[in-house]
Amino acid sequence: MARDATSSLPPQDVSGAAPSWAAGRSLRGASENRLGERVIRGLLMFCGLLSVATTFAIVAVLIGETARFFAEVSPIDFFTGTEWAPTFTPAKFGVLPLLVGTLQIALIAICISIPIGLASAIYLSMYAPERVRSILKPALEVLAGIPTVVYGYFALTFITPNIVQRIFEDARVFNALSAGIAVGIMTIPMVSSLSEDAIQAVPRSLRDGALALGATKFEVSTKVMVPAALSGIMASIILAFSRAIGETMIVALAAGATPKFTFNPLESIQTMTGFIVQISLGDTPRGTLEYKTLFAVGFTLFLLTLMMNTLSLWLTSKFREEYE
Amino acid sequence: MSVVRTAFSNTGNLPRRKLVGRIFFGLFLTATLLAIGVLFVLGWDIISDGGSWLNRNFIQSFPSRRPEIAGIRPALIGTIWIMLLTAAFAFPIGVGAAIYLEEYSGKGWISRIIELNISNLAGVPSIVYGLLGLGVFVEVMRLGPSILAGALTMTLLILPIVIIASREAIRAVPDSLRQAALALGGTRWEATKSHVLPAAMPGILTGTILALSRAIGETAPLIVVGAVTYANFSPSGLDSVFTVLPLQIFDWSSRPQDDFQRIAAAAIIVLLALLMTMNLAAILLRNRFRKNQNW
Repeated sequence: MARDATSSLPPQDVSGAAPSWAAGRSLRGASENRLGERVIRGLLMFCGLLSVATTFAIVAVLIGETARFFAEVSPIDFFTGTEWAPTFTPAKFGVLPLLVGTLQIALIAICISIPIGLASAIYLSMYAPERVRSILKPALEVLAGIPTVVYGYFALTFITPNIVQRIFEDARVFNALSAGIAVGIMTIPMVSSLSEDAIQAVPRSLRDGALALGATKFEVSTKVMVPAALSGIMASIILAFSRAIGETMIVALAAGATPKFTFNPLESIQTMTGFIVQISLGDTPRGTLEYKTLFAVGFTLFLLTLMMNTLSLWLTSKFREEYE
Repeated sequence: MSVVRTAFSNTGNLPRRKLVGRIFFGLFLTATLLAIGVLFVLGWDIISDGGSWLNRNFIQSFPSRRPEIAGIRPALIGTIWIMLLTAAFAFPIGVGAAIYLEEYSGKGWISRIIELNISNLAGVPSIVYGLLGLGVFVEVMRLGPSILAGALTMTLLILPIVIIASREAIRAVPDSLRQAALALGGTRWEATKSHVLPAAMPGILTGTILALSRAIGETAPLIVVGAVTYANFSPSGLDSVFTVLPLQIFDWSSRPQDDFQRIAAAAIIVLLALLMTMNLAAILLRNRFRKNQNW
């Protein structure tokens, strides 16, 4: 079981040590203060700050239009109403059907991606010989690189007729289950990759100790390694959930466009992202209520995923401290 | 270790425990192969649906209400426009930000804020970038639903990925290279420009190509920005309305007629071929880099 030491870290991990001379101001001679050098330094800093500006712009645009939306629609109706019909007269602005639709898709998705992703992570980190692992791991990651519109096509033309409607005859052509399964498949590599990294990060002595006490490999996996890596595994699951909430093209193609307050996965539904796509496909001039509705729904979506991502980052940092 | 002892010390049921272990090994392996199997089913489904519709006319024609003469020309050209423009914006800004963070900023509060910000931005759903593009580029800057607005939106979307990849490549350049340049009297920028950047460039290019392949597969932000689903003309300039391959696929897939779904599959084959070419280029670049690396 020789291990590949360069197993990939989560992409957030960019906080490395700066080169030794970046901190040492004493090395800076007069040439460092030449005009050209200062201009270049300023330009580079501008590039870095542009990413901060992006965040501010996102928040500003979302809050600005959302505030204008709430000037016309009561926030209480928005967050507690169970009817969503913004383009009808009289218009109904209860976001709950979209929220329930979104969470339904995300729950179905993690019901697929947790068992399969976690089982792959355990197989790859505890059982697979190095050669097998070096083939299977990149193959799994291909799943994450496929454009989501392709999964949408697959859900609509393959999963719905060949799987879902075979098992449940009363399932609609557009249904939450097919879309949820496709989103689940898409998020498998996220769970498997990050969970595998978390399991790899458990000190070897724990595994060797349990094996030496006579535990079988399965017992070591489920009673020692997985519990020790639990916060990292949880973080990967939350990230997959957050990704599923924000997923757009699969649900726009396969889940339908009927905002319905239902918990039946065989029904046609609509998610927050699905609504944004539906409205965007039409013409929405700035200043109309429809335009503002886009941003109010987008802001709700943004807050939801921000909460999930922050929770996931927090879990990961907690987990790092334990073994450093 | 008392937990471990109570869990494992009873050796009387060893055959049963070994059986359970073997059963679960089977389950773990099955789950892994199942995930890979989906990949093959997906590929087979798309090729069997669309393979026979793929020909030269399909690439060169404009879309049509009749699927048998419809083609992807405007969508393919739109995708290439978006890809090149996004690369032209995201590459200098992303590399500039990475250089600043790795070579200039040290560990001050500015770099901490930028870092936290980048990892947060990477988790924002792509459709929210679309709303940003709609609010800022289309409306406030009055670019309209143009190729330029689309490319700028895509730039913001992939910027975090380009920055993260470029930082990793720059960090992999050994410190001795910088110090040698500085010891010979070079300024910080001279050391960066003539020594660090050339050494890091293959890694930076690999990361940028992978980020671009993410951009050309994205659909949602461009729908929000206002890309059209039906274009019977090729884009003519930066202010032109446009469509892209994934959007054309979306439009055809959502039509009820079987033949439109078949040409959607054919367009998927073209999109996946484009993505595979880019990924292959990235892998080849990385391998060449590894071979020539001599530190």
